[in-house]
Amino acid sequence: MAKVTFATDLCKGCGLCVTACPRGIITLSREKINQKGHSPAEVTDGSKCIGCAFCATMCPDCVITVEK
Amino acid sequence: MTVFEKPKSLTDAPLHYCPGCTHGIIHRLVAQAIDTLGIEGKTIGVAPVGCAVMAYDYFACDMVEAAHGRAPAVATGIKRALPENIVFTYQGDGDLASIGMAETVHAATRNENITVIFVNNAIYGMTGGQMAPTSLPGQVTQTSPYGRDVATVGYPIRVSEMLAALDAPAYIQRVAVNNVKHVKEAEKAILKAFRNQVEGRGFSLIEVISSCPTNWGMTPEAALRWVEEKMIPYYPLGVYKDQTEEGTR
Amino acid sequence: MAEKVLMKGNEAIAEAAIRAGCRHYFGYPITPQTEVAAYMAKRMPKIGGVFLQAESEISAINMVYGVAGTGKRVMTSSSSPGISLKQEGISYIAGADLPALIVNVQRGGPGLGGIQPSQSDYFQATKGGGHGDYHLIVLAPASVQEMADMTVRAFDLADTYRMPVMLLADGTMGQMMEPVILPEAVEPRTEEKSWTVTGTEGKRPHHIINSLYLKPEILEKTNIERFERYRTVEEREPLVETYMMEDAEYCVVAFGIAARVSKNAVKAARDMGIKVGLIRPITLWPFPKAALSAAAEHVRAFLSVELSMGQMIEDVELAIRCRRPVSLCSRTGGMIPTPEEVLTAIRNMTGGDKA
Repeated sequence: MAKVTFATDLCKGCGLCVTACPRGIITLSREKINQKGHSPAEVTDGSKCIGCAFCATMCPDCVITVEK
Repeated sequence: MTVFEKPKSLTDAPLHYCPGCTHGIIHRLVAQAIDTLGIEGKTIGVAPVGCAVMAYDYFACDMVEAAHGRAPAVATGIKRALPENIVFTYQGDGDLASIGMAETVHAATRNENITVIFVNNAIYGMTGGQMAPTSLPGQVTQTSPYGRDVATVGYPIRVSEMLAALDAPAYIQRVAVNNVKHVKEAEKAILKAFRNQVEGRGFSLIEVISSCPTNWGMTPEAALRWVEEKMIPYYPLGVYKDQTEEGTR
Repeated sequence: MAEKVLMKGNEAIAEAAIRAGCRHYFGYPITPQTEVAAYMAKRMPKIGGVFLQAESEISAINMVYGVAGTGKRVMTSSSSPGISLKQEGISYIAGADLPALIVNVQRGGPGLGGIQPSQSDYFQATKGGGHGDYHLIVLAPASVQEMADMTVRAFDLADTYRMPVMLLADGTMGQMMEPVILPEAVEPRTEEKSWTVTGTEGKRPHHIINSLYLKPEILEKTNIERFERYRTVEEREPLVETYMMEDAEYCVVAFGIAARVSKNAVKAARDMGIKVGLIRPITLWPFPKAALSAAAEHVRAFLSVELSMGQMIEDVELAIRCRRPVSLCSRTGGMIPTPEEVLTAIRNMTGGDKA
């Protein structure tokens, strides 16, 4: 089972991970605002994650850790 | 098992780059290459003037901040003094292809055994979006408000093609970081550029087509599309020179 | 006892630098200092050193900056127009608190000027030259022997105070041949310092060679700390030669080649019964203010002799707080005053009251 973790406070909400995710399970949070004032990326349905790390590959800020 | 985490050769300092700026991806690829080769302890990086000016805070290896455009000369000094160390420069398009063109060309023609990471995003980012030597024909910037007029300011410079015309340099490749496939290719290219230096093959330059959502006036996602649709057709990706063993085989 | 050899000033600089443990030289050809580069090109490959002809003076000084950050002794040399090009790099070297030696074998200016000797880069050398709050230590040799000795001293001062040092010579000094006793050779130093970039080896946090401070309060603090170091230099390092000053009523101030000419004029004036002496600043920065100020106690007037339109004269006036009149004897554009011209200026200074 794959798992993605976001260092939420480093996220700038650029959304590049959202576009990169082949499963369409990343979204920019509608409720949260992080320390920097951005809406951070979050996973909507972790069970669908395949651990491809595409999100982390496109993240400019090394926010994402992927485990499998 | 961890599939992906931040490379050790990056410090914990949060990057100052704008949201969606792909400098961060390129920093990571450089750090990954250093990690993969296990050379962090003997690597010395040279930071430019421009958006990446504070790269010295982000790479965990020893770092030197150079004057605008002078990084290849500074790197030459370091490498000549410490030939066993690994020396890289990280430069933008204004730094490398405008004010520092002489330093770039001559380091290349000396086949100086250094690694140059050249970030081409077709604009001066740090100063707020002025025309770069690599801005596209017709591209609107703060200093080309009616679009780059090639009749008066000339054409963009294709650095990789130009340097490949020299006899000396070991390795020249242009890559992009606008999608996962391209990032993977860029990762391999940057690793090769560092490995070339470890193996003593000489000057390696990787031109990375990057984005500048802020100064292009686009969302990060739209900026990556602009890279695909406008930048890459003008700056085709590929290996422009390979005088390493692989290339000459 | 070391052997005396006949050498050109430029070559004496190069050989002395090698003997001081300098193994890195970067330069670009320009008259009248090219012998330094030519000498290095011959010698460095034989002793495992680095000679590199850079693509420009700008690149050469930035190569110097690169080596200086590794803690190794490094130098460049040029002449006036080339030194102007190096100013950017010199400012960065000063801003990053790095030791390095820059040799300026001056020629006439401004612009392309000429190729004959001059001292018209005095302001540039002593007042900063590049942008920002900084100083160089500036040494002014007046013989081939001093070219050699001060090269060694320059490296020592640069290392001691972690700042760039300029050897300010001129075309005459560079080109003329004199007997010289060369300094003892020392091996290049290899010890790692607390600030050098040599690779972390995974054993320490990374070192950063840098002159960028985006927070103004930090930049201010850094500049103030640097100037505290400069104050120590000003207290400890001023150097002068005084000649016939014990009973002097008049004082000639001159450095480098101008001081040699002036010395002859002072002798001739003494023969005519004029009580005149010479103060020769050997360090132009720090300027030997105390020696001049002390002289002002018993001297009626000063004469600044320079190969420029009058630059050091301002420092003479400042040093004595304008307590005495200071006149100027100058030739410029590559011309050198004759001892007779200086003698005439000395007589004018005395108001013609003697002889």
